Amino acid sequence: MTSQKLTFFHPDQDQHKSLHLVNEGISAGFPSPADDFKELRISIDQEVVRNEEATFYARVSGQSMQGAGLDDGDLLVIDRSMEPQHNKIAVCYIDGEFTVKRLKVTPGGIFLMPENPNYQPIEVSEDNELIIWGIVTYVVKKL
Amino acid sequence: MFALVDCNNFYASCERVFQPQWEGKPIVILSNNDGCVIARSNEAKALGIPMGAPAFQYRSFFNQKGVQVFSSNYPLYGDMSSRVMSILELYTPNIEIYSIDEAFLQFKGFDLFDLEIEGHRMRKQVRRWTGIPVSVGIAPSKALAKIANKIAKKYDAKTKGVYCIDTEDKRIKALKWTAIGEVWGIGRQHRKRLETIGVTNAWEFTLLPDDWVRKNMSVLGLRLKKDLQGLPSIQLEEIQPPKKGIATTRSFEGTLTTFSDLEERLSTFASSCAEKMRKQGSSCTALLIFLRSDPHKKGATPYRNSCVLTLPYATNSSILLSKYAVIGLHKIFKEGVHYKKAGVMIMGLIPTASRQLPLFEGKETKHLAVMQAMDRIHKRFGPHQMKLGNQDLKRTWKMKQEHLSQRFTTEISEIITVK
Repeated sequence: MTSQKLTFFHPDQDQHKSLHLVNEGISAGFPSPADDFKELRISIDQEVVRNEEATFYARVSGQSMQGAGLDDGDLLVIDRSMEPQHNKIAVCYIDGEFTVKRLKVTPGGIFLMPENPNYQPIEVSEDNELIIWGIVTYVVKKL
Repeated sequence: MFALVDCNNFYASCERVFQPQWEGKPIVILSNNDGCVIARSNEAKALGIPMGAPAFQYRSFFNQKGVQVFSSNYPLYGDMSSRVMSILELYTPNIEIYSIDEAFLQFKGFDLFDLEIEGHRMRKQVRRWTGIPVSVGIAPSKALAKIANKIAKKYDAKTKGVYCIDTEDKRIKALKWTAIGEVWGIGRQHRKRLETIGVTNAWEFTLLPDDWVRKNMSVLGLRLKKDLQGLPSIQLEEIQPPKKGIATTRSFEGTLTTFSDLEERLSTFASSCAEKMRKQGSSCTALLIFLRSDPHKKGATPYRNSCVLTLPYATNSSILLSKYAVIGLHKIFKEGVHYKKAGVMIMGLIPTASRQLPLFEGKETKHLAVMQAMDRIHKRFGPHQMKLGNQDLKRTWKMKQEHLSQRFTTEISEIITVK
């Protein structure tokens, strides 16, 4: 073990020099010119979800609404807060099944209209148990 | 004025939103591991199925009566609950979320509003937006709002789900209608004592002298009395205090006998407790582990034991807690016993931010980063994706959930399909 000499330094307290203490971090470098113009990035969620609490999603199965642009496998955004109205596309629960159709409200009764000539309109009679579950507001499809 | 908004048969209602075929039919929801009934629809209640009914005992009854059985689907119930609560927050800034399906709302400065009309609006909006039916009880105090809610629910057809105690007559009538054991905050002990002195309903309770109530039921009892008299004395607790005790305990489907099996279990329970603590920003200073043999096994002497381990410093590291749980197991494990139940409870919870750090011991800082990474991974890829070395990765101790419905609102691959 080599011996080393230690030198002790003492604070010089005779001269009263005062210095400013800067208690915050100082950032060096050039400030970004974009800082003042920063905005939130676009979010699809924000665009398609009007009421978070009332928004639900469903997957389309089948072709009955092809004419309205709803294809098999598409994702539907459903807003339950919207009032059901004539001509709106709605997710309905009828006779034990969820279905998506366009609502047709006439003096003669309520119809659930498909948009594909291969499918028949569903006339809602008193025997049917119909729940208009929610209104479809957007459809998300993968290309 | 206060309102208590309570979701009707909440778990059953959540299931029905996405499976309307069970509307009007008897359904029950089972506890974790499909053990016993924890929620019932009105139709199931009418069949006489009690709370806590063991599923295996009632299996044939369920089949016979066409009762639909569901495993508990907490991701679904949790999400539906937060939707309901957010809607209620639109009505007043002062809200206390009392449980997963109940909230107290306080209306300050709403003198110009007809709260009964507000109650109906609330009820309609929650039903329309989420599909969940709720009952609303409105009264000058929290304890009375609880009673008003019971009336609203019991006489649903007449009240349309909303009842308001806004006159002295209504208050007295409601109190006389409420059996003493049904009063919010009166447990079995107090009920017994009150019944021996001839108090059978809430009205009679409010006639007791203050001194008696304070002496026998502490200041909390006195506050309850004032509350029932229509003098609001129980405050709204808008901020939920963090939980004081956290535990993870399980009954095993079969029995476990080897040290290594139990080591794996206890280590997992300890990690799960640690995760719960990290979620609420707490650390603990001690943990208790316990083992229990199968009480129904004939010929075997029953064995149960537990031990408390004091930690060197407050922590919420899964690694450390799991290590101590295993140290405890060494102390109480007995060869040749068929273990049916085990668990880890943690004690001495303190806020992580205000704990005392150790000077010499402690890999705490290193653990902290690992735990944060672990929590992030679990959040992103689902729970149980990353485990400690003494937890078995291959072994799946999956909860028994034979009747689980889909996570309709939290998992994109499990949403409803429409034709």
